[in-house]
Amino acid sequence: MSKVYNLKREVEKPARLTGGHRLCAGCGAGVVVSGVLRALDQEDRAVVVNATSCLEVSTFMYPYTAYMDSYIHSAFENSAATCSGVEAAYKALQRRGQVEGTVKFITFAGDGGTYDIGFQSLSGAMERGHDMVYVCYDNEAYMNTGIQRSSSTPAFARTTTTPVGSAVKGKKQNKKDLTEILVAHNIPYVAQTAPIGNFKDLHTKSHKAIYTEGPCFLNILSPCPRGWDYPMEKLAQITKLAVDTCVWPLYEVEEGVWHLSYRPKKKLAVDEFLRPQGRFSHMFQKGNEWMIEEAQAYVDQKWERLLEHTGA
Amino acid sequence: MKSRLSGNEAVAYALQQLNPDVMGAFPITPSTEIPEYFAQYVADGQVNTEFVTVESEHSSMSVCIAAQAAGARSVCATSSCGLALMYELLYVAASCRLPITLACVNRALTGPININNDHSDSMGARDSGWIQIYAENNQEAYDNIIMAMPIGETPGVRLPVMSCMDGFITSHAVENIELLDSDVVQGFIGEYQPENYLLKKENPLAVGPYDVSAYYMEHKVMQAEAMKAAKNRILEVAADFEKISGRRYGLLEEYRMEDAELALVLIGSTAGTAKAAVDQLRAKGEKAGLVKIRVFRPFPGQELAKVLAGTKAVAIMDKSEGLAGGGGPLFAETRSALYDLPERPYLISIVYGLGGRDVKTDDIETVFSRLAHISSSSQIGPVYTHMGQRSKEETV
Ligand SMILES: Cc1ncc(C[n+]2csc(CCOP(=O)(O)OP(=O)(O)O)c2C)c(N)n1
Ligand code: SF4
Ligand SMILES: [Mg+2]
Repeated sequence: MSKVYNLKREVEKPARLTGGHRLCAGCGAGVVVSGVLRALDQEDRAVVVNATSCLEVSTFMYPYTAYMDSYIHSAFENSAATCSGVEAAYKALQRRGQVEGTVKFITFAGDGGTYDIGFQSLSGAMERGHDMVYVCYDNEAYMNTGIQRSSSTPAFARTTTTPVGSAVKGKKQNKKDLTEILVAHNIPYVAQTAPIGNFKDLHTKSHKAIYTEGPCFLNILSPCPRGWDYPMEKLAQITKLAVDTCVWPLYEVEEGVWHLSYRPKKKLAVDEFLRPQGRFSHMFQKGNEWMIEEAQAYVDQKWERLLEHTGA
Repeated sequence: MKSRLSGNEAVAYALQQLNPDVMGAFPITPSTEIPEYFAQYVADGQVNTEFVTVESEHSSMSVCIAAQAAGARSVCATSSCGLALMYELLYVAASCRLPITLACVNRALTGPININNDHSDSMGARDSGWIQIYAENNQEAYDNIIMAMPIGETPGVRLPVMSCMDGFITSHAVENIELLDSDVVQGFIGEYQPENYLLKKENPLAVGPYDVSAYYMEHKVMQAEAMKAAKNRILEVAADFEKISGRRYGLLEEYRMEDAELALVLIGSTAGTAKAAVDQLRAKGEKAGLVKIRVFRPFPGQELAKVLAGTKAVAIMDKSEGLAGGGGPLFAETRSALYDLPERPYLISIVYGLGGRDVKTDDIETVFSRLAHISSSSQIGPVYTHMGQRSKEETV
């Protein structure tokens, strides 16, 4: 990106994800997707690929599409393979001289479609080296089917398949670290970001991912007021808390080199992120203090590891 | 040009002549050789194809769907479990109206696992919205795959085409074959000119919507209409193909059916064996005949009824056990197709050849003697039996 980032200029660009889609008010997904697509240079076209998810059913309900660019949805678990197919077609048609201009390929899938059912397809596409960007908008559960746990759901969270009862209290397992798994694929660019502040981090990383040749992966935190059970107007606050507690650190790995994008001036205690969300409310009941302690210990350990990786 | 090729090699060679834009490739016996041969064409720079060596058949079909939607011609090959793994996407391909070409080398579906031929894989996909064409031998496998694109790509059809051949029996046996010149093949298929596609600059396209009740049914009706329209298109393409090859194809093949009273209906390579048996019976003065179903989807019901109208007893031989409790899928289709005849022949269902169980001319003759008995005694006996197996059930 040659120009210095300027939020005002960016939001004045014609939107590629238009309003009028059916995502819930305050949904992180719409903000994430429009933020990523805004990073496309205006003269370039894109083909957007989408896995079955809240995003898909809300943005392309026949006969209305919310996308200004071409778009394809095929199934839940194959968005990476689908993007591979479009990219392969592009290469073949380009050799035949049958396609004009620069076209970029961007996939959006939820955490379920990425960490779980679409994991094989994603790993395959990254290994093959297609020139594409895979974006996981991570809302930490299967939201479209009514808030079931995924391997991205954090420990103790209440979902409809990890309810809180007298014997079991929410999810038993920790969140899978997918970003690190993608780093292990040795692809040109992997980054973790969130729709935070003036969107500079999200924008810069999206632009890098889109304009770096080869397979690139973005994991973007995408709060869901319904599933996380917090008031919809608190999107910005919740996102900031996730980052400032180091629950969701912002970093990137470029050609194998780790770089920490943001270090909170004061690392907040994890309960500041947990408390506003209904999905964690049982952690604040008397006798459950150990849950918060465990959650804190997990975040601290991951954060320390990240600092080691990034040399920060 | 005359040559000697296995079925797999013939299909791979045809794919090279078709020069598709994208191929999804994943190994499974007995279709593995198709992507292997093709990989060599890629390595030797003989094709313009993006050869995508995916991590599963699910991804292979996903790649084909996306590439075709993007404006490319896409192909892949598979068998058995591979086709089963594609199952979800077969419906997506058909409903998105994407004329993908798939070479299905028929193999028994697991369980238990078995690598040999029967038709349980493609029969399981018979209602997925794909056109299905079955080959008797290597020549037909080659010819059918060359006809796939002109059939599927026609605007009134726009459906994916599954070109099937019998695993090992056809895929691995080397036979004499007549090949077309590559420029003749290219001239025959022409350039792919889809109306709308993802990479078209002027008109961005959205594919694969969430379709609500207010529209879904209309879309299914359009698919149903396309499948009906495919019948005529298959015949048109066959007529054009005859002009370049001298070989004639229909929806089904009648073999010595002119005055036949006893007949078999079956699919695939067994037709070769059955033709030999019919010849032997004819030499003895028996009025025996054979109908080979070449196109199973769309099902040539009216055509079949017409051919069987004059017969007295017919055995429908299924190389897949539909486990419907009352006979194989070809039997069900045939019996339904004959319902409107004023006078119907006796019909029996014989399931045979599962998991590669052999079928010989003797077996076919046994079926005919059973038909002769039914015809002369007017006693049908058991309607649904299995042939060539050792359990207690009365065979044939
Ligand atoms: C093969 C298959 N299994 C299950 C489903 C049902 N399904 C549709 S979307 C979805 C959850 C999506 O979760 P995620 O990927 O996290 O996206 P979100 O809706 O949370 O944004 C599920 C389970 C499906 N469409 N296909
Ligand atoms: S349920 Fe959550 S992820 Fe789905 S649209 Fe609503 S806010 Fe967005
Ligand atoms: Mg989710």
